[in-house]
Amino acid sequence: MYIHKEKSERHVLTLTVDNEAGTLARIAGMFTARGYNIDSLTVADVTEDRSTSRITIVTNGPPATIEQIIAQCERLVPVHKVTDLTEEGPHVERELALVKVTGTGDNRIEAIRLADIYRARVIDATTKSFIFEITGSPEKIDTFLTLMREVGFVEVGRTGVAALMRGHMPS
Amino acid sequence: MTAKSGADILLNSLIEQGVDTIFGYPGGAVLPIYDALFKHPKIKHILVRHEAGAAHAAEGYARSTGKPGVVLVTSGPGATNAVTGIADAFMDSIPLVIITGQVPSTLIGSDAFQEADTVGITRHCTKHNYLVKDPDDLANVMKEAFYLATNGRPGPVLVDIPKDVQVADGANCDSSKNQKMRCDIPFEADFNDITKAMELLANAKAPILYTGGGIINSGPHASKALQELAQLSNAPVTSTLMGLGSLPAEDDKWLGMLGMHGTYEANMAMNQCDVMLCLGARFDDRVTGRLDAFSPNSYKIHVDIDRSSINKTVRVDLPIVADVGKAIDQMIKIWKSRKFTAANLDDWWARIKGWRAVECLNYPANKDEIMPQYAIERLYEATKDKSPIITTEVGQHQMWAAQHFHFQEPNKWLTSGGLGTMGYGMPAAIGAQIGNPDALVIDIAGEASIQMNIQELGTASQYRLPIKIFILNNQWMGMVRQWQELTFKSRYSESYSDSLPDFVALAKAYGWEGIVIDHPDNLDEGIAQMLDYDGPVIVDCRVTQSANCFPMIPSGAAHTEMLLDNSTVSGEMDDEAKALV
Ligand SMILES: Cc1ncc(C[n+]2csc(CCOP(=O)(O)OP(=O)(O)O)c2C)c(N)n1
Ligand SMILES: [Mg+2]
Repeated sequence: MYIHKEKSERHVLTLTVDNEAGTLARIAGMFTARGYNIDSLTVADVTEDRSTSRITIVTNGPPATIEQIIAQCERLVPVHKVTDLTEEGPHVERELALVKVTGTGDNRIEAIRLADIYRARVIDATTKSFIFEITGSPEKIDTFLTLMREVGFVEVGRTGVAALMRGHMPS
Repeated sequence: MTAKSGADILLNSLIEQGVDTIFGYPGGAVLPIYDALFKHPKIKHILVRHEAGAAHAAEGYARSTGKPGVVLVTSGPGATNAVTGIADAFMDSIPLVIITGQVPSTLIGSDAFQEADTVGITRHCTKHNYLVKDPDDLANVMKEAFYLATNGRPGPVLVDIPKDVQVADGANCDSSKNQKMRCDIPFEADFNDITKAMELLANAKAPILYTGGGIINSGPHASKALQELAQLSNAPVTSTLMGLGSLPAEDDKWLGMLGMHGTYEANMAMNQCDVMLCLGARFDDRVTGRLDAFSPNSYKIHVDIDRSSINKTVRVDLPIVADVGKAIDQMIKIWKSRKFTAANLDDWWARIKGWRAVECLNYPANKDEIMPQYAIERLYEATKDKSPIITTEVGQHQMWAAQHFHFQEPNKWLTSGGLGTMGYGMPAAIGAQIGNPDALVIDIAGEASIQMNIQELGTASQYRLPIKIFILNNQWMGMVRQWQELTFKSRYSESYSDSLPDFVALAKAYGWEGIVIDHPDNLDEGIAQMLDYDGPVIVDCRVTQSANCFPMIPSGAAHTEMLLDNSTVSGEMDDEAKALV
């Protein structure tokens, strides 16, 4: 027999949650327990009194699964609001990556040139290496990494996606 | 305000919540709470014999009284032993508050003696859980815990309290007055949605009310309202395992249970209906059978208090998130104010009559051996006027009880539906008897299941609980064997109940009465003897070994592919079927 798989869609969800011990584990664990995917997850407190955090989750799944994911998130006690930005409409997504590249000669020059095109900043340099800081949509970072792989890529640290709805309304 | 110890604050909260009974078992990490209990004779503590028993007993108490069940156990093994009952309550939406001791907060994470990550372990089988690190938080946490357990979709809530927090003094002895409860309770259902639902129901040619445990959870009033809605709409009613008793079985609208071991008429009506009004049920796989063949031509209306139950497995046309009892009240109000009348359903009822004529619950008569179905029938006849509370274990006996024992009221049928936990029945009976001291409480058991929490015999002895255990002893894990016959060509791998104890001697050892019934001619007399005995009784009812439970929709089959008798059960299934639960 074969295990049946359905076609997936990528969705960006933002969750407003109580900033208390275990909230992240509850959410991440619920995803694992119910077999949902997490492509990226970012979390930080966002209110002055540090009582509330905003979590951005990039997930994928068939539409019915996405609907369930949202309902299951809402069911968790410390979760106050779930917004599916992908459904809500136009939104912006940004991710930050730190990319370490080594090389000398032509490779080093090419790395710097590409970084300039991608508006990546050098935040550390030795005679043999750079660390670039790049911000952008996940796709932009993916492309940048593909290019860096040709000129001496060593490693990358990515923050995962933060996202907001466009316009003046809160998401 | 004078300071109090965490343990005292905890007990204060319990009293404030009206708790009069807790089910528990002591140990190192809860000793301060047990010591405080000493000073609070208002709270009755039931000492079980194993923490699984405490959790199931609390479930039985909760299900039969409508009040939350409270459990108190120690850290580490105390907590892990309770997990099965907690998971069971989570699946069946039973309100529990579980208090677990924890190692002192200074030792958490050090692999201290009897340390377990209780909050981690129970995170996904509780509605919510807490690790309380400050006695000042306790009062508020307890208040929210009870609120969460009992409001919205009920469920278990666990509060883990390190030992130092139980001992240390806190100044906040009472919960704050303006505490905000983090529990989404759905608003009243939308007027237009309810109106639309009633229009559909009134115009349906083949309507059905598909009801579930939500009706029971919503309170006895919801059952009454359901009866009225069925009356007004003239629609037939079926129910899940968890909803039995919400519509009296004697009501002429009653089709019997639906699903895997449901009646032919219930499943056929579900398959053929044109409007399905689902009230507090969740389209479980045991109910739907093969999803793509589930009630293919119906307009589906789903009322559920939990939005995540809607569109989870079956897509519905009109979702209504609401407390089902209140929603039915609204339905009745709108039905009456709009002066709806049911369409002529003569054809529909005629078809149902045809399906009923199949008499799907019939079973072969046997003069020499007790048919298990017959035993349940006789038990029902002998007890129906006493309005008994029935608990069950898990297996064939559970399904036969659901089919052949008929329930006239809610809160009288306690069974492990979602998790299917063998060993549920006896502790649940104990909890039910504690909550209903004058009721007749019977655990309909299997000889294998009963051994899973057999230690609780001692609990019933200690508190002089006159519960009755009626074992349908077929010397097999009958349900396992039935599946092996159906799926694995009768290769009986480890499903024989070998080395059974002498149940009568066992009963006697615990100060119970023990009775063997081994012939159909002695059945009524044995049952009468059981009922007459003023105290707990085990009945070892030796039933025919080979009987199987029908009707049956094999896993992954459609409602219309129901097996009606044994002749169809044998052979080997393909891998797809073998992989189904
Ligand atoms: C804790 C647990 N373990 C295993 C199972 C799987 N299981 C379901 S029914 C059953 C056999 C039950 O046998 P018995 O209690 O004798 O009931 P019968 O089916 O014979 O009436 C088993 C092992 C279960 N439901 N629960
Ligand atoms: Mg058996």
